[in-house]
Amino acid sequence: MTDLTKLTLAEARDGLAKGDYTSVELTEAHLKSMDAHRNLNAYITETPEKAMEMAKASDAKRAKGSAGKMEGLPIAVKDLFCTEGVQTTAASHILEGFKPEYESTVTSNLFGNGAVMLGKANLDEFAMGSSNTSSYYGNVINPWKDKSGKDLVPGGSSGGSAAAVAANMALAATGTDTGGSIRQPASYCGIVGLKPTYGRCSRWGIVAFASSLDQAGPMTKTVRDAAIMLGSMAGHDAKDSTSAPIAVPDFEAALTGDIRGMKIGIPKEYRVDGMPEEISKLWDNGVAMLRDAGAEVVDVTLPHTKYALGTYYIVAPAEASSNLARYDGLRYGQRVMDDGDSLDDMYMKSRAAGFGKEVQRRIMIGTYVLSAGYYDAYYNKALKVRRRIYQDFEGAFGQVDAILTPTAPSAAFAIGENEGDPVKMYLNDVFTVPASLAGLPGISVPTGLSAEGLPLGLQLIGKPFDEETVLRVGGVLESAANFTAKPAGQEG
Amino acid sequence: MSYILEGSTGPWEIVVGLEVHCQVISKSKLFSGASTKFGNEPNSNVSLVDAAMPGMLPVVNAECVRQAVKTGLGLKAKINKESVFARKNYFYADLPQGYQISQFDKPIVGEGTIILDMPDGSTKSVGIERLHLEQDAGKSMHDQDPKYSHIDLNRSGVALMEIVSMPDIRSPEEAGAYLTKLRAIVRYLGTCDGNMNEGSMRCDANVSVRRPGEGFGTRCEIKNVNSIRFVMQAIEIEAKRQIEVIEGGGEIQQETRLYDQRLGETRSMRSKEMAHDYRYFPDPDLLPLVFDDAFISEIEKELPELPDEKKARFMRENGLSAYDAGVLVAEKEKADYYEVVAKGRDGKLAANWVITNLFGALNKAEVGIADSPVTAENLGKLIDLISDDTISGRIAKDVFEIMIETGGDPEKIVEEKGLKQITDTGAIETAIDEVIAANPDKVEEIRAGKDKMLGWFVGQVMKSTGGKANPGMVNKLLRDKILG
Repeated sequence: MTDLTKLTLAEARDGLAKGDYTSVELTEAHLKSMDAHRNLNAYITETPEKAMEMAKASDAKRAKGSAGKMEGLPIAVKDLFCTEGVQTTAASHILEGFKPEYESTVTSNLFGNGAVMLGKANLDEFAMGSSNTSSYYGNVINPWKDKSGKDLVPGGSSGGSAAAVAANMALAATGTDTGGSIRQPASYCGIVGLKPTYGRCSRWGIVAFASSLDQAGPMTKTVRDAAIMLGSMAGHDAKDSTSAPIAVPDFEAALTGDIRGMKIGIPKEYRVDGMPEEISKLWDNGVAMLRDAGAEVVDVTLPHTKYALGTYYIVAPAEASSNLARYDGLRYGQRVMDDGDSLDDMYMKSRAAGFGKEVQRRIMIGTYVLSAGYYDAYYNKALKVRRRIYQDFEGAFGQVDAILTPTAPSAAFAIGENEGDPVKMYLNDVFTVPASLAGLPGISVPTGLSAEGLPLGLQLIGKPFDEETVLRVGGVLESAANFTAKPAGQEG
Repeated sequence: MSYILEGSTGPWEIVVGLEVHCQVISKSKLFSGASTKFGNEPNSNVSLVDAAMPGMLPVVNAECVRQAVKTGLGLKAKINKESVFARKNYFYADLPQGYQISQFDKPIVGEGTIILDMPDGSTKSVGIERLHLEQDAGKSMHDQDPKYSHIDLNRSGVALMEIVSMPDIRSPEEAGAYLTKLRAIVRYLGTCDGNMNEGSMRCDANVSVRRPGEGFGTRCEIKNVNSIRFVMQAIEIEAKRQIEVIEGGGEIQQETRLYDQRLGETRSMRSKEMAHDYRYFPDPDLLPLVFDDAFISEIEKELPELPDEKKARFMRENGLSAYDAGVLVAEKEKADYYEVVAKGRDGKLAANWVITNLFGALNKAEVGIADSPVTAENLGKLIDLISDDTISGRIAKDVFEIMIETGGDPEKIVEEKGLKQITDTGAIETAIDEVIAANPDKVEEIRAGKDKMLGWFVGQVMKSTGGKANPGMVNKLLRDKILG
């Protein structure tokens, strides 16, 4: 029998439909893989009993003749999604032991469509990070190794999700992306990561980091898998005022493989100083693949790109400083208090003990940029620049159907690298942040290997709510690149 | 007439602006489906959103928005077709989110006006600066446990309208009139019940003093005063304190103060340096509120007749004085009562009965108009009995006393007690003849020119008929018999 963990989501779906195997068998295979790869620390909480229960229920449902879009498919859920009765930590000490009494809309949609939950995937604390090293529950190790064999970061913040999919510990995983948290780890782990348009998926029940940027999306082995899973995650939700009241198209149907006559934009501003040669080459190769497939490649300009990272690191921390005020030790999660302490003592002790360094740093940055006397200079100006960045894209999309860029400026780096310099760490998001600020859909597709043998991804950015084009072009890129490399031990 | 406080160095004028928090009448909270019912078990009206559980999102309650627009229209204010919810950030145990969702630079309602009805019948207009929607906080209870404070989140997230006046108020009386009028307007509109003792209407007063005609002084804000009377007292006491400080060579520090009604003083709560930096910013969880003209005009169509319009109509149609009309429209229930009494009757007579007799009796009994033992229909019938000469005005007063006590129907009371006016000429003549026969000397006095004695005869006849004889007829017949 083939190794069921090496199937793609689409293959597993079709195999289940044909009766080649059951959801219970699929799920057991993945639980075994989770046992074998526990050293990667991809999961904070494994839920094998729940997984088996869900798999059995799914098989029973299928036996009765009904099957949802994700029927019987075992997946990992980023531990930022609230899951009913299952510990939800956001990788923070402050939420340790917190079991929500509610299910997030996205996971509820997935489970409603038959998906099976294997466990809660590790991440950077409150999704703040690009290396998954800020998790209170320990860093995640990238299943890929460079030539020296040392442990590498999986990227972040959805590092556990990316590692779980890359190491075949889940057929697919949910991620969330605020400034690149789906796309960058997808690139580092050699998988596909799709950040949908802001408003495509409901934010209800996802622990908030930066409300105007946070967006859930699929992390999968293939572009087709991403299309399938997004179709199940997305949809208008009256409980989220920012969710878009528009219909969910059949994303899989968009994968025609035909991009002839499409216009693909290449933004010159992304060719940043000091861009590694191999990234530059990867990008050029991508351009050639799309041209060969019949697309017209056009130079476009996104002049405010250089301000994007700075803008992001004002807007996101500002919102975070307010969003994280609710973790006060009062109603749930960790409380640190000594006898005779005042309310303020309790706040300070609980938050000092509950939040890690990076989270505290961002709360302080956010508090500062919103404070009296600085609001106009920082937050207000950042909003204005954000508007300009959106207008840049609007202008570009007047000429092209999608924009091609690298996903990240490098391949995965060693654990511990960049830790001393937060700004250097923030630079990992330089190519992903602009689309986040503009609320646009973006996909990372693995298209090559670095000199060290590590995966590298290219990013496609689309028009608002045009995930179909992003998926279609992504599919073409995927076929052309024919990226078949796997981490050691996962070779097909 | 302007209100002046005399200090030791000369006259002072006071300047007051009021910020009133009105709890919006709505079934559920501003951003959640939890009930707004008052007096439920602590923490029973709390949704996941109100408790700020991770990942929860606010969704604006359209009913609260309509109520705010309606109130804005009632205040003759500009409705802003685009407004924005903003987060006001601060930590407190009864504020689960760590921020209050409010409105900052783009409120739902802009400038408007309130016309004050002063006790002397004059009017004064006070500007409204803005009205914005915001969430209420929960309630902290510090007296439940020796070591811990308890929190009740039932009120957390309930919709409030904060209505901010311009600094146009110049006396405690005007402040009282402002609150009375504002309360009347929101009650007419049905957007707030206006009960200050239950906390559904709360007032902060910004008070400063200045020499007449000079620029504004430094103000102090007196927080959360919970009755109109206390607001008036607090303003006067705070103004006097400020005058004393300035005249003593000191300076007023901008600060937040508390009014202690028991000690009759205001106390410093928080200095300007200690003031929170609320770090307002637009709430990214909520879209801006955007209305079109149709939405506003639809609400406009639902507006009831408001106190000012009603007052003008009472003056115009019923010939009432400004004062009487003002008294009647001060509360919608009073105006409604009056309208039932006045319908098809002499409006002025009806107003007299309602204001002088009914309100007098209710005040004495400390009973509100809603609990009046005399229904408007019965008071109307009583007036009819006078008009059609069934009873005299004097008997009517007795009947009214009985109605106040028993709540009875005036027709039945008159019937049962045999109070019908005697209009039978024969019966009255008989009574007159008896009195004349018994007092020949007094008859002579009248005939000798002592007219006043005629009144004495009227009294005697009324007495012998138990007050039931028609006084007009008695008068006329007496004149005919003695002088005719």
